[in-house]
Amino acid sequence: MQTRTGQGDRAMRKLLMIMMLCVPSLVWSATEINWDMEAFDPNLKDKPSLQNGMRLYVNFCLGCHSLKFQRYERTVDFLGIPHEVALENLVFSDQKIGDLITTAMSPEGAKAWFGATPPDLTQVAKTRGGEWIYNYLKTFYSDPARPLGVNNKVFPNVGMPNVLAGLQGVQVEACVQRPKIAENGGEMRDPLIPGLAITEEKCGELVVEDGTGLYSAQEFDDAIYDLTNFLYYVAEPTRLERHRTGVFVILFLIILGCFTYLLNREYWKDVH
Amino acid sequence: MKPSNTQESKFTKSMAWLDARFPATETFEYHMSRYYAPKNFNFFYYFGILATVMLVNQLVTGIWLTMNYVPTGAGAFASVEFIMRDVEYGWLLRYLHSTGASFFFIVVYLHMYRALMYGSYRGPRELLWLIGMAIFVALMAEGFFGYLLPWGNMSYWGAQVIVSLVGAIPYIGPDLMEWVRGDFLMSEATLNRFFALHVIALPLVLVMLVFVHFVALHHVGSNNPDGIDIKKTKDSNGVPLDGIPFHPYYTVHDIHALVVFFIIFLGFVFFAPEGWGYFLEKPNFEMADPLKTPEHIAPVWYYTPFYSMLRAATYPLFGVPAKFWGFVVMVGAIIIPAVLPWLDRSPVRSMRYKGMWSKVMLGQFVVSFFILGYLGTKGPTDVRTAAAQFFTMTYFAYFVLMPWYTRIEKCKPEPDRVTAR
Repeated sequence: MQTRTGQGDRAMRKLLMIMMLCVPSLVWSATEINWDMEAFDPNLKDKPSLQNGMRLYVNFCLGCHSLKFQRYERTVDFLGIPHEVALENLVFSDQKIGDLITTAMSPEGAKAWFGATPPDLTQVAKTRGGEWIYNYLKTFYSDPARPLGVNNKVFPNVGMPNVLAGLQGVQVEACVQRPKIAENGGEMRDPLIPGLAITEEKCGELVVEDGTGLYSAQEFDDAIYDLTNFLYYVAEPTRLERHRTGVFVILFLIILGCFTYLLNREYWKDVH
Repeated sequence: MKPSNTQESKFTKSMAWLDARFPATETFEYHMSRYYAPKNFNFFYYFGILATVMLVNQLVTGIWLTMNYVPTGAGAFASVEFIMRDVEYGWLLRYLHSTGASFFFIVVYLHMYRALMYGSYRGPRELLWLIGMAIFVALMAEGFFGYLLPWGNMSYWGAQVIVSLVGAIPYIGPDLMEWVRGDFLMSEATLNRFFALHVIALPLVLVMLVFVHFVALHHVGSNNPDGIDIKKTKDSNGVPLDGIPFHPYYTVHDIHALVVFFIIFLGFVFFAPEGWGYFLEKPNFEMADPLKTPEHIAPVWYYTPFYSMLRAATYPLFGVPAKFWGFVVMVGAIIIPAVLPWLDRSPVRSMRYKGMWSKVMLGQFVVSFFILGYLGTKGPTDVRTAAAQFFTMTYFAYFVLMPWYTRIEKCKPEPDRVTAR
């Protein structure tokens, strides 16, 4: 009869496991943004959202920001837009459907006008993240101290003009009443009048001046969601294909694993 | 079903023909069907074969990536994006390669940890261990050169930091640095030579070293979790009683391990290829920009323990800048395991029979390694630098104090035959 003497290496294995489990908790270091970020949850299956995102992009962003690693053809094929429709409505230069989505603005001119060349945004959803883009686009506000008259909560002293002001309207910094948050994290309610929230004044919040924008607040949020969703898609256009293929590959391996397990057991059953 | 006689004899005949001209059967028997491996291999003995498979993965995906990669300053970054977007299954090849690099290091580190735990570096396997160390160093160089190729901003600045270390060498440093870069700054000339080294020179070296590693292993035989010599007890045919033919027993064993490993590895490739910013760092999605330094320059995770030790040196000594001493400490940390066979004075090989001190020291070594790794991913602060200095000491203590602690501790008696797994 053999005895187990693997106590030492069991302890080592445990140690190794603990160390490995510790790693993910150390992953994120917070970038310092003094703004309560709203969550952004991308949805690559929402084709209308992506189509609207592309429409907004080519109308409002492409004048300065290229997507120079991505092609029109692959994009519109994924978005389900026929080539003729795309060429007519989404390609404003004399580019062909198979071309890369470049901008007509010259880098030298851009540098002279804005102080810096507007960056290519193909991978902005990778470098900055979708949440950042979503909040950045929503937090432009009037600031007469800045050369272009606007500032941004997520990207302070940004050099970009607020190109979406026509849709959103004039957004300004203001003090507003917000529900007071209790210690346990819930919103505080008035104990005497059921349902009435206890509020407190918070300054530095953003409000849109009534009637200055084309879109309602909800419509604007949706538009920014679509635009961000589109940029999330462009950053890695093969993401859905990757997930789809991955499911099949992993399922295949799990089934294969059952057979290799049985094969191994068959060979080793007489070894003691 | 019984194979017909004519078929059988045809096969036997052709094998005889082949064997007369090439040692096919002999080689197969020597390395596979009559290579007797200890039958008590455990979990930690999978990582050698997994490392081999990862090497093959890197070679094969690398060949296909090279078909579309453009090694120029203007074209490199765009060509990687071309592979990711426009090449059929290019994204898969690229992720298999980039995520594969991280998994290669994971299995290699576990493979080395196994050797530390069971004393696989001890005689008669000193040379096997040294060849393994050479593979490790070549692999680090391979990864370093490869990391510049996507020409992302972290590629650029990471390589810049490491290459600039050469410049800290007294007297010849600045000239040597220029020679290494082939330019006055990191440029296309540097990219081109790194490309050459990454796709030809080091893969050749790696494949040859791995081959030699196998030859040496099969000559001395595998160690096992008990650290005892299975060749001491043989049956009348000269077969070790605790040994078992590698083929078919360990081939079926390893095939199953490989499937399980691939579920994990491909799970990452398909669902988290960037490893939450650890396998592919965020700043690397931006093209290299000599004018824009990333917030924190951090190498990929598998270098961070050594990067921490590099930064831990903060005092200039003998009129030589601290940077140079950091370089010395880093290189020392990478190659010091090579002398383990001569540092370990224990009467036993395996951690199972070693005393308390060895266990404590190996435990603290692993902890130090992980903490240094964590610190290397972060920007330096006073506290972090102090911590890095402390854990650099404990990292080296494992090696430097080994001749003493392995002698004074009380070991358990080794069994004559292998025990359970």
